This record gives sequence, C-alpha cells and structure tokens, in this order.
Amino acid sequence: MSIPRTAKTTTSDLGPLPPASSVRSNDRWLKLAAPFLVGIIFLGGWEAAVRIMAIPPYILPTPSRIIETLISDWPTLAASLRITLAITFSALAAAVVVGGALAILFTQFKWVELALFPYAVILQVTPIVAIAPLIIIWVNDTNLSLLICAWIVAFFPILSNTILGLNSADHNLRNLFELYGATRWQTLRYLRLPAALPYFLAGLKISGGLALIGAVVAEFVAGTGGTASGLAYRILEAQYQLKIPRMFAALTLISLAGVAIFLATSIIAHRLLHRWHESAIKREN
Amino acid sequence: MREASAPSLAPVDPLIRLSGVSKTFSTGTRAVAAVDLDLMPGEFLSILGPSGCGKSTLLRMIAGLGTPTGGEIQWARGHGGGSRHGTRDLGFVFQDPTLMPWANALDNVALPLILEGSAKREAQAAARDKLALVGLSGFENAYPRELSGGMKMRVSIARGLVTEPSLLLMDEPFAALDEITRHRLNHDLLNVWRDVGFTAVFVTHSVFESVFLSQRIVVMAARPGRIVSTLDVAAPYPRDEMFRTSSAYASLCRQASDQLKLAMES
Ligand SMILES: Nc1ncnc2c1ncn2[C@@H]1O[C@H](COP(=O)(O)OP(=O)(O)OP(=O)(O)O)[C@@H](O)[C@H]1O
Ligand SMILES: [Mg+2]
Repeated sequence: MSIPRTAKTTTSDLGPLPPASSVRSNDRWLKLAAPFLVGIIFLGGWEAAVRIMAIPPYILPTPSRIIETLISDWPTLAASLRITLAITFSALAAAVVVGGALAILFTQFKWVELALFPYAVILQVTPIVAIAPLIIIWVNDTNLSLLICAWIVAFFPILSNTILGLNSADHNLRNLFELYGATRWQTLRYLRLPAALPYFLAGLKISGGLALIGAVVAEFVAGTGGTASGLAYRILEAQYQLKIPRMFAALTLISLAGVAIFLATSIIAHRLLHRWHESAIKREN
Repeated sequence: MREASAPSLAPVDPLIRLSGVSKTFSTGTRAVAAVDLDLMPGEFLSILGPSGCGKSTLLRMIAGLGTPTGGEIQWARGHGGGSRHGTRDLGFVFQDPTLMPWANALDNVALPLILEGSAKREAQAAARDKLALVGLSGFENAYPRELSGGMKMRVSIARGLVTEPSLLLMDEPFAALDEITRHRLNHDLLNVWRDVGFTAVFVTHSVFESVFLSQRIVVMAARPGRIVSTLDVAAPYPRDEMFRTSSAYASLCRQASDQLKLAMES
C-alpha cells in the first residue's frame, strides 16, 4: 500500500512556517507588553494623584513608598511570605492527593460517591470564615489548623473537576476497551485518567488560588501572633500599628504570590496538554 | 495469497452463524428482527441499508457489544471467547476514528495488544508493522490531531488489525470522508484484505462502495430492521479504477440500487 504523496504534504504543514512563527512571537510580545503598560500607567497615576492631593501615607501610600517598605522590611516580610507559601502549597498538595484519590474512588465505586459526595458539597458551601474558628479551637497546632482551612477551600474544585473528567471519556473508546476485555484497572489507567487530565488541571488552576485565599483568610480569623506568622498576621499587625505602607507591602506580596501560583499552574497545564488537548493547542489552520 | 472467488464458499463451515437474531431496545424500538446470516471465512460482506435500519446494532451484537434479545450468534470453534481475556477474535472500526487524542499513532495502534497483556515492546513492533500495512510508515509519533481525516481512519483500521483477528467489523468507516479519499481507502482496504485474508463485514449506505468492495451484499430494511435480499458480486479481484468504469460494475450498482429501493418501500 503506497499513498504517502498526500501524507508527505501534510507533514510539511506541521512544521512551523517562518511567517506564522513571527506572527506568533509578535503575539507573545503583545501579551507581555499590554498588561505591563496598563500596570505602569496605573501605578504612575496612583503616584501622581497621591502626591498632587498630598494624601498622607497612613491613608494611602505611594507605590514608591510601598516598594521602599518592601525593601526595608524585607527580613520580616520574607519570613512571613515563606510561612504563607508553605501553608498554601501543603494545602494544595493535600487537595491534589485527597481530591484526586476521592475522585477515583467515587467513580470506581458509585455507592461511595452517593454516600460521601453530599458531605463534600456541604464542606464546600459552608463559608470558611465560619468553620475556621472551630478548627482553630479543635486543632492545637496553629499552622496545622490553617493548613486544614486552606485545604477545605482548595480541594473541592479538584474533586468535582476530576470526577467530571473521569466520566467524560469518549463512549466509543469505552466500547473499544470493553471489546478487548480491558480490566477495570486498565480502563482507568489507559482511558479514564488521561481523559481526566485536562479537567484535573483546570481544577488545579482554580485550587491554587483558593489555597492561598484559604491560608490568608484562616490566618485573619486565627489572628495569632508570634515569631512564626504569615502575611495575613503582618497585615493585621501593621493595621493596629498604623504602619499602612507595610500593610500594602504585605498585600502586594500576597497578590504576587497568587499571580505566581496561577502562572505556575498554567505552565504545568500547558506542558502536559500542548500536544493533544484543544485548550492548549496553537491552531495553525 | 488467496484466490477470491465467491461461489466456492458453500462446503466450508461458517465463521459465525446468526440465527433469528433480534434486538428490541427498552424504548420498544425493534432495531433488528430475526436476522439469519452466515459469515463465511475470508469473505468480504457488505451490509447495505438506509439510515436507522439497524446496521450498527447488528454489527455491535456480532462484536459482543450488547446482547441480542432473541436468537443466537454462534462462532466457529476456537474463535469466540478463545483469547486470554475471553474476548472474541475480531477487530472493530467505528464510524469515527475513535483514537485516544493523548496518544500517538503507534500507541493507539498498540492499544489492543497492551490490553490483552502483551509487553510494550512487542505491541509497538506489531503496531509499527500494521501502520506500514496501511501506508502510514513515518507517522508513528504523530498525534491524532496532526493527521488528516483519512489518515486517522487508516490508523483506526491498523488498530483493528493489530491483533490479527479472523474478523474485521467496519461500521461506515469512510462515511465522513471526501470521495477521492474514500476511493483510495476502498482500494487500499481491498489490498490489505487480500494480503491478510481476514473476514470483512463492512456496513455502508453507499451502493457504489458496497459493490466495489464486496463479494456479497446484504440489503436491510427498517422498522423492524431485517434482511430483505442478498446480492452476489461475482467480479474477480483485484478490482481497480478500471472496474469502477466497467459495464459489469454499472449493472451491479443498478441491481443493488433497485434492491435498496425495494427495501425502503417495503
Ligand atoms: N441505545 C439505543 N436505545 C434505543 N434505541 C436505539 C439505540 N440504538 C439504536 N436505537 C434505534 O435502533 C434503530 C437502529 O439503529 P442503528 O444505529 O442500528 O441504525 P443504523 O442502520 O446503524 O443507522 P445509520 O445508518 O444512521 O448509522 C434506530 O431506530 C435507533 O433509533
Ligand atoms: Mg450506524
């Protein structure tokens, strides 16, 4: 059988053609430049407005003042950042492990899902600020209680997305597996898990941000001081002491951490999906 | 290579015997009613019928996907339920390519062997052979999205053949392709069939396709889905583009067309 005439032309279409790739690098440049420009204009306007209207720093500090504070208070802030990040990432890791494992368990044994899923929903819809005080009372170790709070907020998107993904494998592909007598384990490994990956990663993107929010909110509720305190406590502390620039500095760090987590999860998703999933494919048409 | 001439099939035992096979869905639809059919080893059989007449349902039952609500499907000894997992000795090609988008062509074709417990290396070696058989050497590492519709269908056929089954069931595999690609795939499919020597059951609603490919055409009618007539296509293989323009082909197409019309009116 020899046809590869058409086949050959198709391959050469696969390689990036020079004009297409330069269009793409233009795109990428714009993607970075546009938000950067907006940021510069916003910060410049802020700086100018505060200076012109002579707003005192304990009401609203200028961006330059916030940066100064970030530098001068860096040792304290960095230690707090490290703690907040440690709680966030432990909670996210626990969310991935527990959410992923529960999703697999739920889809393998329908009765487990029927029995447990409602409780997962209850955990999800109850506001974390309402449960946090209880958890902080029950659990002696502060960091552990913060971790549990952050985990409660973070695990549901991973659980529900992964369940959806595990159930979304193509009907005909399932028939094919049945036809070849695939075991339950083979169907999970070769069909359902790969099919669930894009959904899981979408859940991970949401959960990354939620874990950070959960860690910060729980610390606000706990309000514990001491040497080992996270960024939320630094904000509370700065507020009591009217060190408003420091408050903004801590806030900035939280936002930057959130952005970094989002970028990291997006990059992971892209790395894992770019060869096959529609969401990550650059269309060359 | 086998001599492919239709009438000499009679003294051989059938590979599969369908007797009175029926399927009534829980919705009350009588998708298939009392089908009697013998599939002879090595033959190329087409099932021709209008949309909704139960072709897919029948094919899926032969594959063991969904059990008949009446009648019996018997396999010749040593084919049905013979292999390790109790699966049947067959390959199935769906109307859509039905490939795993996350796996490249080689892994897609190797899948049935992996599922049957072969070692990865052996499965991939066999998959490489089958890709070459369908004319896709050099595309082992391509992902489905990087292949054209026709190429995806070739991968799907290679996957159907990778376990070296005695029976290949195809459910309108080329229905979604353009005519040029379809002609080429028809031609290549016949070559593979003659080289390998499996039994082929090909579902289609194209009269021309069924006449070009098969030795025997079974015409089905709807409501309830049943066989209304059988047409022997005695033309010799290899069949090529010359056959497509021959008067024998034209008159066979007319016969098949008439029977299809009768089936749709009945
Ligand atoms: N799972 C099902 N449940 C209920 N009815 C069904 C089911 N599958 C098919 N049917 C019905 O059975 C009949 C035959 O369907 P089938 O898919 O076998 O037709 P077909 O000949 O393959 O048609 P087409 O050429 O359009 O693919 C149709 O009337 C269809 O509505
Ligand atoms: Mg059909």
